[in-house]
Amino acid sequence: MTVASEPRSVRQDGMYRFFKAFFSRGVIVQVCFAVLVIFGLLTVFAGWVAPYPPNQLDLPGVLRAPSLAHWLGQDDLGRDVLSRMIYGGRVSLSVSVLAGSLAAFIGVGLGLVSGYVGGVVNRTIMAATDVVMSVPNLVFSLVLVAILGGGLLNVVLAIALGMTPTYTRMINGLVLSLRENDYIVAGRLIGLGGRAIVLRHLLPNCLPSLTVLYTINLGNAVLVESTLSYLGVGIRPPTASWGSMVSDVYPYLLSAPWLVISPGLCIVLIIISFNVVGDSLRDALDPRLRGKL
Amino acid sequence: MISYIARRLLVAVLLVLIVSVLVFFLMRCLPGDPALIALGDSASQAAIDAYRNRLGLNDPVYVQYWHWISRIVTHWDFGKTVLNEGNVSELIKQRLPNTLSIALPTLAVGVAAGIPLGIVTAIKRGTWTDKALTLLLHSFLGTPRFLVAIFGVLVLSLQLGLIPLQGFTPPWVNFGAYVEKAAWPVLVGSFYIIAVIARHTRSNLVEVMNQDYIRTARANGLSETRIIFGHALKNALIPVVTTIGLEMPAIVGGAVVVETVFNIPGIGQMILAGITDRDYLVVQASVLVISIITIGSNAAVECAYALIDPRIKRSAGQ
Repeated sequence: MTVASEPRSVRQDGMYRFFKAFFSRGVIVQVCFAVLVIFGLLTVFAGWVAPYPPNQLDLPGVLRAPSLAHWLGQDDLGRDVLSRMIYGGRVSLSVSVLAGSLAAFIGVGLGLVSGYVGGVVNRTIMAATDVVMSVPNLVFSLVLVAILGGGLLNVVLAIALGMTPTYTRMINGLVLSLRENDYIVAGRLIGLGGRAIVLRHLLPNCLPSLTVLYTINLGNAVLVESTLSYLGVGIRPPTASWGSMVSDVYPYLLSAPWLVISPGLCIVLIIISFNVVGDSLRDALDPRLRGKL
Repeated sequence: MISYIARRLLVAVLLVLIVSVLVFFLMRCLPGDPALIALGDSASQAAIDAYRNRLGLNDPVYVQYWHWISRIVTHWDFGKTVLNEGNVSELIKQRLPNTLSIALPTLAVGVAAGIPLGIVTAIKRGTWTDKALTLLLHSFLGTPRFLVAIFGVLVLSLQLGLIPLQGFTPPWVNFGAYVEKAAWPVLVGSFYIIAVIARHTRSNLVEVMNQDYIRTARANGLSETRIIFGHALKNALIPVVTTIGLEMPAIVGGAVVVETVFNIPGIGQMILAGITDRDYLVVQASVLVISIITIGSNAAVECAYALIDPRIKRSAGQ
């Protein structure tokens, strides 16, 4: 029994140390983590939490200031800002998670292949990466959305394709250095196939850096989505997203500033939280950097 | 050294060409017939055919590409806009200096504020100063430019009347008016750059400070100030040079937002207008110009990097 339970206790010890390292960076990390959890829960349970349907019009209540009935006021069509904010969070966060995951999936695949196979394949994939990266991320996504048309899935695709090179470049660099390690050479010598080496040995060693980049890219995706929606090419009305909520009420900036402040604050909070949590993950996952940053 | 720079420049030219192919073919996927957009839905078939012939839209795509790129290379001629057949090159000539007169000060402010902030947070590591500044940098990094811009309009412009609401005066027309109107757009764009450069400076400096030669310097009794400014900073700032070059795409990409919010007639505003009007010639020209700027600045930075750091030359020669 004791022999069987030993490896698990080592693993549990590792998890404990990881969480300790993660949360020990101070109050800011804990607050940011809590913000992400709260927004995550609001996204999942939007239907229960939101006091009104997000697109319910109330024309007599147009541009009404915050009150007990409408905690964050009503927008230019009398819709409840709090409800739209909760549903808008669902849209913004879905776009961010979907785009981040799609980009990670494509980017990691390309990075693993190019790093492990090397040669012409590596040069071709990295050249393609360079091409995409030489067009500014926002401009690239903007042009893609213009071609594909607005709407949730097209915005996801446009943001994901713009973000893919960041994963490819990072994984490629990691694999190029990892594959020279003795354990990879040993794996090859005992006859492991390319797929086994890549998936069982190279990929797990890339996971710490990947987790950090993924977290930070989730924040970036919120940023790009909100900017696209603000510029009027992202999520289509009447669907609420935080960016479009800001741009919709821009004409009423002076008469009803609260309409801009609440979705704006959500955008800033969520991006800062993703960045701070990403930073802490890096410290907790990479012992070499622990305590330095 | 010269061969390294020559090779790097060749790669840059090749990249520009590939980007031009990518942009050109992407733009051909833009929905809507340019002839219908220019002439309206009620145009006769004869008028549409004549328009398509005049713009060469009936040629195969690769022929169209060849005409487009060869005119750019030989005459710097980007063709005519779809909508009113204006001269795209003329538009770029008018707008590019405006974009640069916002982008270059943005980069300068980013470097001038980012490096000192990075040094301070690295030296004061773990203290409250560090924590407060790190949080400030996180908020710089996490606030989209359009929100900073809107905040400026709301508080600084509408409430306090400190900055002009919108508009732009080029520096060569009236320098005083330029400084007054460009100050806030430049600051809005530079917050993000300040944060990125400060974070890189900090992490590089922290890494260098843990190296053996710094320990040796300490053991030899050098003061901390002398160690940082005489020994550590030189090595810590080398990778930051690359970061500065890599931020050029972020600055010109951000120009779309900054120019839209502040109504500055630059390249960024031109892209968005092109997309809204479905004027693919305007979009492909402005995206290409922006890519030339980013690829050019990256190449310049890499060449500068090779000059500063002899290790790069050696690894490039191998």
